[in-house]
Amino acid sequence: MLDNLIRTKGREGRRGYTLPKNDVGETDLRKVLPKEALRKEGPRLAEVDEPTVVRHYTNLSRRNWGIDTNFYPLGSCTMKHNPRANEVAANTPAFAGLHPLQPEAQAQGALKVMHELQGFLSEVSGLPAVSLQPLAGAQGELTSILMVKKFFEDNGDDGRTTVLVPSTAHGTNPATASMAGFAAKEIGLDEHGCVDVDELREMVDGTTAALMITNPNTCGVFERNIKEISDVLHEAGAFLYMDGANMNANLGRMRPAEAGVDVMHFNLHKTFSTPHGGGGPGCGAIACSETLAPFRPDPAVERDGDIYSFVRPAGSIGRVAGFHGNFGQMLRAWNYIKMHGPDLRDVTDMAVLNANYVRARLGGTYGVPYDELCKHEVVVQPPKGMKALDIAKGLIDHGYHPPTIYFPLVVKEAMLIEPTETESKETLDDFVGALLELAESNAEELEEAPAHAPTRRLDEARAARQLKARW
Amino acid sequence: MARFTPHTEEDVREMLDVIGVETLDDLFADVSPKFEGELGLPPALSEYEALRDVDRLAKENVSGLPIFLGAGAYDRIVPSTVGAVISRGEFLTSYTPYQPEISQGTLQSIFEFQSIISELTGLDVSNASVYDGANAVAEAALMTARLTKRDPKVAVSRGLNPRYREVIETYRVEVVELPFEDGTTNFSEVPDDASGVFVQSPNFFGVVEDIGAASEAAHGVGALCVAVCDPISLAVLEAPGNLGADVAVGEAQPLGMPLLFGGPYAGYMATDGKSVRQLPGRICGETVDKDGKLAYVLTLRGREQDIRRAKANSNICTNQALTALAATVYTALMGPEGLREVAELSVSKAHYLADRLRASGLELRYPDAPFLWEFVVELPDVKRANEALLDAGMVGGLDLGDGGMLVAVTEKRTKEELDAFVGVVADAG
Repeated sequence: MLDNLIRTKGREGRRGYTLPKNDVGETDLRKVLPKEALRKEGPRLAEVDEPTVVRHYTNLSRRNWGIDTNFYPLGSCTMKHNPRANEVAANTPAFAGLHPLQPEAQAQGALKVMHELQGFLSEVSGLPAVSLQPLAGAQGELTSILMVKKFFEDNGDDGRTTVLVPSTAHGTNPATASMAGFAAKEIGLDEHGCVDVDELREMVDGTTAALMITNPNTCGVFERNIKEISDVLHEAGAFLYMDGANMNANLGRMRPAEAGVDVMHFNLHKTFSTPHGGGGPGCGAIACSETLAPFRPDPAVERDGDIYSFVRPAGSIGRVAGFHGNFGQMLRAWNYIKMHGPDLRDVTDMAVLNANYVRARLGGTYGVPYDELCKHEVVVQPPKGMKALDIAKGLIDHGYHPPTIYFPLVVKEAMLIEPTETESKETLDDFVGALLELAESNAEELEEAPAHAPTRRLDEARAARQLKARW
Repeated sequence: MARFTPHTEEDVREMLDVIGVETLDDLFADVSPKFEGELGLPPALSEYEALRDVDRLAKENVSGLPIFLGAGAYDRIVPSTVGAVISRGEFLTSYTPYQPEISQGTLQSIFEFQSIISELTGLDVSNASVYDGANAVAEAALMTARLTKRDPKVAVSRGLNPRYREVIETYRVEVVELPFEDGTTNFSEVPDDASGVFVQSPNFFGVVEDIGAASEAAHGVGALCVAVCDPISLAVLEAPGNLGADVAVGEAQPLGMPLLFGGPYAGYMATDGKSVRQLPGRICGETVDKDGKLAYVLTLRGREQDIRRAKANSNICTNQALTALAATVYTALMGPEGLREVAELSVSKAHYLADRLRASGLELRYPDAPFLWEFVVELPDVKRANEALLDAGMVGGLDLGDGGMLVAVTEKRTKEELDAFVGVVADAG
């Protein structure tokens, strides 16, 4: 079958970039390297000119939807507008050209950005210590749980073998617990979709290392018993970790420290508007209590008068990244927070307003399993006889990126809608209009959607059965 | 009101009415404990003021000078087209391609990235990238344990970037150190119960290692061989897959990513077809749509956390799509000849510098070892040499703390800069 890959567009000998001339005389590779080390056959790569490269990738981009092109209410992902000022900040030459191993004295501007951002995240969470190093949310989780593990090891408590995870949790939570060497135990929910405190009391014992909670949880509901939950854990000597994926619902309204959270991660690419880039890079900074602070990854940034430096926390779990973390994302988030200051609370207020508005408008036609105040996102179910998948594909034909579907797992045919604060009432009204219209449509016809996207539905089974993952 | 929110007071009023509450505060009636104060953050700045601060802080960095630091991040030319493509909003502001019908741009670019990595490494299947080179190494260490069904235990030498080794250790993999002699690793005594043997080539000190010997040693004890390679080096060095490596990983930063004080970069991972189910991270595959038209989709998802939860290969959720795209665009612009030229220019300049340093009476730590563009020069006082270099407007090499300076030379360095470097270092010595 004919593909449209970059490699099909060139011709042998064509080049897309001109390098500076060699000004020192050529070194013959055959003279400086053993013969068997040299490559015998060159890689089969595209040979294309620059205009072709630009056109190829520009046209590819047009087969993609982003926040810039379409409303993108993907639950749990906080697809808010990405201010371009952040991009200007990250592309500033004196930051972009800075080598990670330049001595601290040569990188004081960068260290100051990191130190200030640590302070901002500390203020937002109420937790005193921060590490910016984790490279993504999932790595922030792993970092947090490894810190918990190291705490118990250093205290000679080797009986802490389990981590509790609510059934609503992101898949990364149990995967993290396993990766850190704990057994993940699932805990059930009460009628609000929140952690069942009675069940928690029964489950928590001397083997419990931590509970991983998401607040608001993945049903968009605030875990109103969070303080009691943390008390139960703390009495048993265990920790409360908070998955901060949903911090867009909490800014200036709830500080995890005051709810008894010991350690949490942020997704700078969600809450603080650094772009998602098609699935990364992100930044999964963590914040923690004084108790866990010594176990943070190496290094953290400290300030002594006007001098900023890297330090290795005393009981550090070690490095989780090759260098200091995704500094470019730190710069973007720092810039975003500076443009908001204490007004960050308005971000949360508008995000929660938008989600509740969508909930109120859809209720009656769509099922709302937890029909009470939601936070920044709402979980709904399609009308009887319809599938979330079909509604999602139908939305594409209306020009909307579908919500997250079939998650959380605890809700049948779940559609998790997170509008974010950067969408107008008109956009929400039109989106709700499309969903209401889809609810009336013929279920069989909807199986043909999308009809107006770059491709129709794909044969996903074939991709796995006849794996072809390269040219 | 927040800066990027469209609502007017009337909008808010109307929406609260629809919801059936009086005030915004009412929307948080269920929140407990509430935060009632004001966040102690500096007052909001306008975009202009915020960016003025960015510029002010940027001036507190030493920048714009020729850089002789490498050790895992390289000061290479980034063509303008790379930045232009990755700033397109359709790429920049999209997310993981869960809805393939409207994500073909991201998906095809991942497919092209995987193809490039497969070509460079000589291994059949690449994933869509992971966080960075260090994490690719650590994930490979865990992968060797799953594939051999042994406890995670890997043999490495000092030739492996120490930062990579640290991340392996953070992931709680046992590390056994192999002897390191005259710039290269001695693979003759690999422990019987190792799950993996790591060989970085060129290694941390710039020396080209014998990947063939590493794979023989690994396979001799039933372990897997993991090669850690700079992708630019693979334009001129034999593909690790052709030398017996089972897994190849590395840092893709040299392929079109700015230094940016350490990230974002992208790690690459490739393996042979039979090991693909133990490869962590996203994999994009080819398929067809309902009309039989060719299209791309994330595949083999049964390995991943959102499906398998506690039993997943890794907790990895995303790839580094945007930086992987940078690598894809960079490689398209360069082509096989351009990549080779980047490598050859760097080799020529590094060897020119090494020869000039030797001619000035200095010695290389591993004088007989083959290297590409990075080497260790012995200096009486590395710290003083680096201070003198900075005074002369250059960022010197990495102080190894034992009298050695690890010097990296890329295609960006000019003869004038190299000569100036020799002058300063020879004097400071």
